[in-house]
Amino acid sequence: MENIAVQLPVTEISAPKRAGKRAWRRAERLPGEPRRIAYVYLAIPFLIYAAFTIVPLVQSFDISFYNWDGITPGTWVGLANYKSFFADPVIRGSYLHTLVLIVFYSFIPTAIGLLLAALLSRMRIHGLTVFRTLLFLPAILTDVVLAVTWTWIYDPHGPLNTFLGSIGLGFLRRPWLGDFHFALPAVGVFGAWEEYGFCMIVFIAGVMKIPTSLYEAARVDGANAWHEFFAVTLPGLRYELTVVVVLTMIDALSTFDEVYVMTGGGPGTATTVPAFEVYNQAFLQGQVGSAAAIGITLMLVVFAVSYGITKILEPRGE
Amino acid sequence: MNTASRAQVVLNYALLILFTFLAVYPIVGVFLASVYPPHSQPTSISPPSHFSFHNFVTAWTQGHFALYFRSSAIVAVSVVAGSTVLSILGGYALGTMRFRGSKVIFYTFILGLIIPTEATIVSLYYDIRALNLIDTWTALILVEVSGEVAFGVFWMRAAFMSAPRSLIEAARIDGASTWRLLWRIMVPFAWPAILTLMVLTFADSWNEFFLALVLTTSDQHLTAPAGLQVFSGKYTMNTPLVSAGAVIVAVPVIVVFVLLQRQFIRGVLTGAVKG
Repeated sequence: MENIAVQLPVTEISAPKRAGKRAWRRAERLPGEPRRIAYVYLAIPFLIYAAFTIVPLVQSFDISFYNWDGITPGTWVGLANYKSFFADPVIRGSYLHTLVLIVFYSFIPTAIGLLLAALLSRMRIHGLTVFRTLLFLPAILTDVVLAVTWTWIYDPHGPLNTFLGSIGLGFLRRPWLGDFHFALPAVGVFGAWEEYGFCMIVFIAGVMKIPTSLYEAARVDGANAWHEFFAVTLPGLRYELTVVVVLTMIDALSTFDEVYVMTGGGPGTATTVPAFEVYNQAFLQGQVGSAAAIGITLMLVVFAVSYGITKILEPRGE
Repeated sequence: MNTASRAQVVLNYALLILFTFLAVYPIVGVFLASVYPPHSQPTSISPPSHFSFHNFVTAWTQGHFALYFRSSAIVAVSVVAGSTVLSILGGYALGTMRFRGSKVIFYTFILGLIIPTEATIVSLYYDIRALNLIDTWTALILVEVSGEVAFGVFWMRAAFMSAPRSLIEAARIDGASTWRLLWRIMVPFAWPAILTLMVLTFADSWNEFFLALVLTTSDQHLTAPAGLQVFSGKYTMNTPLVSAGAVIVAVPVIVVFVLLQRQFIRGVLTGAVKG
């Protein structure tokens, strides 16, 4: 579908070269003449979108410059809410936790997905549909359902501790989500579990689109599995890699459901993340201006990360 | 292309099966935990010595899951219907017509694909309160439709742009209005894309938690995920009961996924690629 969007203007531009201005006008008219009725079709979708997405975004941006408790009139404080990121250890911590979560939500699932796709690129997979269906389940199921499930898995008397005990690693048993050191990695492992099936499916679908002839050529050249991965598979998956890394990073940056349900940001503030702080500051602490500033910053970070990764990973000249 | 050695094939399948097993195991676990006797503590992922379906009855009636389920169904169906129709209208205009400002409007919609709810939620709450819509389904529907329309317009625009020009030309020669062209020709042509959009929107709406948490408060209006969160907080010591609630919330998505799997997977793959 991307291709279509890219190709269409080309035919339009080539038209005037052939037959001058009149033809250009005609070409411009196709497929539809200039139609003002377009505004009628767009009116309601655009108004609803603008009213409940664009307007609140602009308002939140405005609120972020105020010190406001949500009830009494706020006072203008300029960039103070943004500056407090560096001063407030809780907010700073929430961003540091996100860095840890990025490893779990993005890097580990991407690596697992790439590894499996690389291995499976060398063979035909029987029963792919079944594998795909099952691997997709964590990606489509409700976060809250999965978070409730993993809360039980991590319970002091839950399956994980039972399992550790049964294989002679009983000394590792602990209340995972209540432990200052292990709560954040525990949320992270859950995140990696949620993401890796999706990554595998995208990469396996991508690998299947790489022409077999490229692999054959590599083998004729005597490439081993390692060379083949870097010479054929990885370049062939560049687009998928961009998509997977961007999407999993966005998930990591905007984690909320898992943290809210599993730990409530605790113990203490050991697992708090920016999205949780938006909720916490706005609706529990009455620091509405600060919450807005965190939300706006989070959006800017998401923009920057998506843009940066796309620029780094995407093939040039396209 | 079967050049991998036999041992390697076996190893590859072993890894594939291992990761597939790990993806499903916790989900099987919560299903098993839900049929443990009430108030017991399942300490491992294994079937209980005797099955009890009592938890489902308790969750459905005393646990208000009948209410939560109804709220989610009403919100999800409204969001799917509303956002699909609006996405078709907007995508049709942007995909087949030329007019001043089309680029600006298109990019404004694109922007919506990357605005996280966290950036709008603060003032959204006060806007919804000013409209007197706190703790209503209407609030959830409006805000969710707004979010879905950004992707939907983008998606439908691409679908309509891929329609062959001859199809549109033929209809125009017959003197069909734009409205008739849309519903008689374009919508049937783009039906697979529309179905995929509906499936993705349904999953999004059913799974939505953040908005429900902020905008709704009463048992009457809490959606299933928000209700499950309240419920799990209330019965922390009763794992089988909480698991039954979780299963109730999970089932509709699983059913839709199994029935419309092809649309789902294609949607997530192409949707993902468009981001």
